[in-house]
Amino acid sequence: MSSLSWNAADITSSPFLPAQTPDKKTHILNHISGSKILMDVRPASRLEVRPRPEMISTGIAELDALTGGFPRGCLSEICGSGSSGKSSVLLATIAAASRRGESCVLIDASDSFDPESGAAARINFGKLLWVRCGKKLSAINPQPSGKSSLVVGHWLLANQSCADFEADDQSPTTKDVVARDARRTTHDDFTQTRSERRLDQVLKTTDLVLQSGGFGLVALDLAGIPQKFVRRIPLASWFRFQRAVEHTKTALLVVSEFPCAQTCVSVTLKLSPVSRKPSEKNSLSQNSNSLGCPTLPPLFGKRREDFSKPTHARLLEGMQIEAELARTRLERKPMQSVKANFATRAVRAG
Amino acid sequence: MTTKQSAFSHIDSILVELGADCFCSWHVRCMQSLLPTTNDERPTMVFMSFACIFVPNFPVAAILRAEPELRSHPVAVLEGKAPLEKVWALNEEARHAGICEGMTKLQAELCDEVRLRGHSELQESAAHQALLDCAQSFSPRVEDFARDTLLLDLSGLDKLFGSLPKIAREILRRASEMELEINIAVASTLESALLAAHGFSGVTVIPNGKEAEILGSLPVEILFSDQSNSEEKEEFLKTFHRWGIHKFRDLAALPEIALTERLGQAGLDFQRKARGLGTRNLVPSDPPLVFEEAIELEYPIVLLEPLAFLLNRMLEQLCARLQGRALAAQELRLELTLDNGRLHSDEVAPPLRPLLAKRGTNYSERPNIFQRIIHLPIPLLNPKTFLKLLQLDLQANPPGAPITKVHLRIEPAKPRPRQNGFFIPSAPEPEKLEITLARISGIVGEGRAGSPMLLDTHRHGVFEMRHFFPSENKSWSEGRLQRPMGNGHKALALAEREQPALDHVTDSLVTALRIFRPPIHVRVNFSKGSLSHIRSLKGRQISGNVLWSAGPWRSSGDWSEHDEWMRDEWDIALQEKDGVILYRLVHDLISGRWLLEGSYD
Repeated sequence: MSSLSWNAADITSSPFLPAQTPDKKTHILNHISGSKILMDVRPASRLEVRPRPEMISTGIAELDALTGGFPRGCLSEICGSGSSGKSSVLLATIAAASRRGESCVLIDASDSFDPESGAAARINFGKLLWVRCGKKLSAINPQPSGKSSLVVGHWLLANQSCADFEADDQSPTTKDVVARDARRTTHDDFTQTRSERRLDQVLKTTDLVLQSGGFGLVALDLAGIPQKFVRRIPLASWFRFQRAVEHTKTALLVVSEFPCAQTCVSVTLKLSPVSRKPSEKNSLSQNSNSLGCPTLPPLFGKRREDFSKPTHARLLEGMQIEAELARTRLERKPMQSVKANFATRAVRAG
Repeated sequence: MTTKQSAFSHIDSILVELGADCFCSWHVRCMQSLLPTTNDERPTMVFMSFACIFVPNFPVAAILRAEPELRSHPVAVLEGKAPLEKVWALNEEARHAGICEGMTKLQAELCDEVRLRGHSELQESAAHQALLDCAQSFSPRVEDFARDTLLLDLSGLDKLFGSLPKIAREILRRASEMELEINIAVASTLESALLAAHGFSGVTVIPNGKEAEILGSLPVEILFSDQSNSEEKEEFLKTFHRWGIHKFRDLAALPEIALTERLGQAGLDFQRKARGLGTRNLVPSDPPLVFEEAIELEYPIVLLEPLAFLLNRMLEQLCARLQGRALAAQELRLELTLDNGRLHSDEVAPPLRPLLAKRGTNYSERPNIFQRIIHLPIPLLNPKTFLKLLQLDLQANPPGAPITKVHLRIEPAKPRPRQNGFFIPSAPEPEKLEITLARISGIVGEGRAGSPMLLDTHRHGVFEMRHFFPSENKSWSEGRLQRPMGNGHKALALAEREQPALDHVTDSLVTALRIFRPPIHVRVNFSKGSLSHIRSLKGRQISGNVLWSAGPWRSSGDWSEHDEWMRDEWDIALQEKDGVILYRLVHDLISGRWLLEGSYD
């Protein structure tokens, strides 16, 4: 009760109160503090500081210095266009988590993970569950009878999914989503586009993985899915995911080409290639001159003489990446746009 | 109170205690030998104690074990080929309903209440295995006397399990858990225990020296319960009845020499058995551990739900057996015999086979078996988990035809205890993880969820998916390339070079490649001998001028194989609408196609 009590002395000197005589002011404040309605109101000065969540390393020193890593029990987001380095950061984060001995899940919407890049990034594959979405299951066909039959070609996905969740899933939200997805599968399966199918699989798989628990990092790779489809993911799904990881040791990471998780995100990291200034291009590349491109490739920034070499003497050394902390809910002070630069190194470059 | 009076009061208390359990009838004849003896009354001889477990109407019991709902019904077991089936075994209810052995199926069917079932060798074998597990969970010295009879050596077990009646009662309870109703008898000789188990129902404990007295009330037919020669049995019984001998005590009272003169050595052996004298030793057997259950269905199953009920029952029985032996399951093997309208070779007479083949009628040399194998990464023992895994597997891989027979086998393994630690990172629970993986496989397809593993080859993009199970002591390098000179030797070299660096933070970040599966077929334009413009032919819209390129790097392999490959690789920077994108361009020199293999991101 002591923390809930209204301390009149704190407010007496408040500049927001109208000018009153001290006796009258004290009397009013004592009257207010005695009100039962205001018993549960806590002054802003007495609010407890929200505990800072435990952070996991991204595996990149520059990013760790910028954001402190990605928070556990929260939803974080990495955004960036093509060749912006978001997959490289994702692999580095997974590698760091797997090397710490944590189990990781990569839910790959566009089935684009390259195991060779993963091996080069030092991912412990024994700790990585890679879910490749996108395959159309031809044996699963809609059946109007509502019974799941053992005969091939007479299978009802709706019954299957709902029955699975009925066993031990007590979350009504998940049930609703699955039932809705199942209804949609039943009626619109043949009209469902490839991207919609991939997103359906991503959402269902994410639900299952988060309910299973015990994973240190769950990464949703939505890059490669067109924006109009990713935008269709309802906000309720992101809230559900965020609630599922809350107060757990799991860090949920979403990788996409643009921000999509909206207000559920705790940390948003925007990546972009470091572009060279146009003034430098004329002296570098005959290709760029002839094509008249506005900027030069965001790579191999160290060697200007590289453009003058024949193609077989060139080498993709890596990329220069600029990371911007676009959003964070971990700090109480207003978020400022802070940036960090780092470089990636191509596997061929050794 | 004298010692004798205190002993009798102790017997009364034990009898009262035993009488409280009324789930079977008890035949506790005398308990003096089980009493704690004082120093002055300590016996000088140590007597052996044997138990006999007997399952009455074993063929019926095996069926009732698989179908417990038939327990209150008259059940008869038929044997023989289809038109000549005869009643082979039946329970007491069926006997009261007027059914007897040897009746034809048509005669038995006249009784509406009786449930007729075919003789199932697999079910009897499973029941016998369950009986063995039950016995061996108490004593390591078990003799497999017959399919329905087991002999146990109980000597020295009183310190582990308590008194002999308590052991017998515990064995009865364990058998009841395995859906088997048994008779159990404990005596100082094997023959006495065997005869008492056949003659008395429930639990019978015969104290040492009282065998003849207690067995005396049994009919002489019990002596021939293990006789396979029916003619000899009939001859002996006829003789005994002609002499007016109906009970054991009548036979035991006959003079030995006169009996031997008339019936020979066999007659003397019968008399020794009737007197409770032992003539044989226990021969312990060590049967192989087989954990399997089977159910032959009267009608084919076409839906998953009824199959799940059957699987649940079988799994519970198998898990109870595994638990009795302190084992767990490493692998589940499910075999479903399908009824797909094809005749089996057993059902087709050999002379008719060419005729059927000419008419186009299908018949197979072996039954159509649908088999599923679920290998568990660690030994588990949870029937609900197993049932869910089987359900999910069958949903993902339906058999495609009605099921007539279900055969489930579990490969046992020693349970592996897991030691958690305060500083060890949390990992998913194995049972929950297995179900989650099975569900994910049902969503994304089989083989599309797991841990990737690069293979020992120079061919690009070759890997295999392995079952995901977060190993505890596996270092990062164990999940990497298997051969340094393989396809990803550069990746490995880079990774190894960084290995001595910090565990969590790397000095340099690897440029990841996002693979296009399948690769995008593109048209390539050249200008002054170098790449100038690229446009995708179909699928994903990629088009733009080439700002920068590096390559080609030629690689080839598998020249001696049918799937030879040879390709040139380029790294290119393409100016697109959204900006500059880096791609890996591949020229397949075998097919001549230009492909975008992936983008650097």
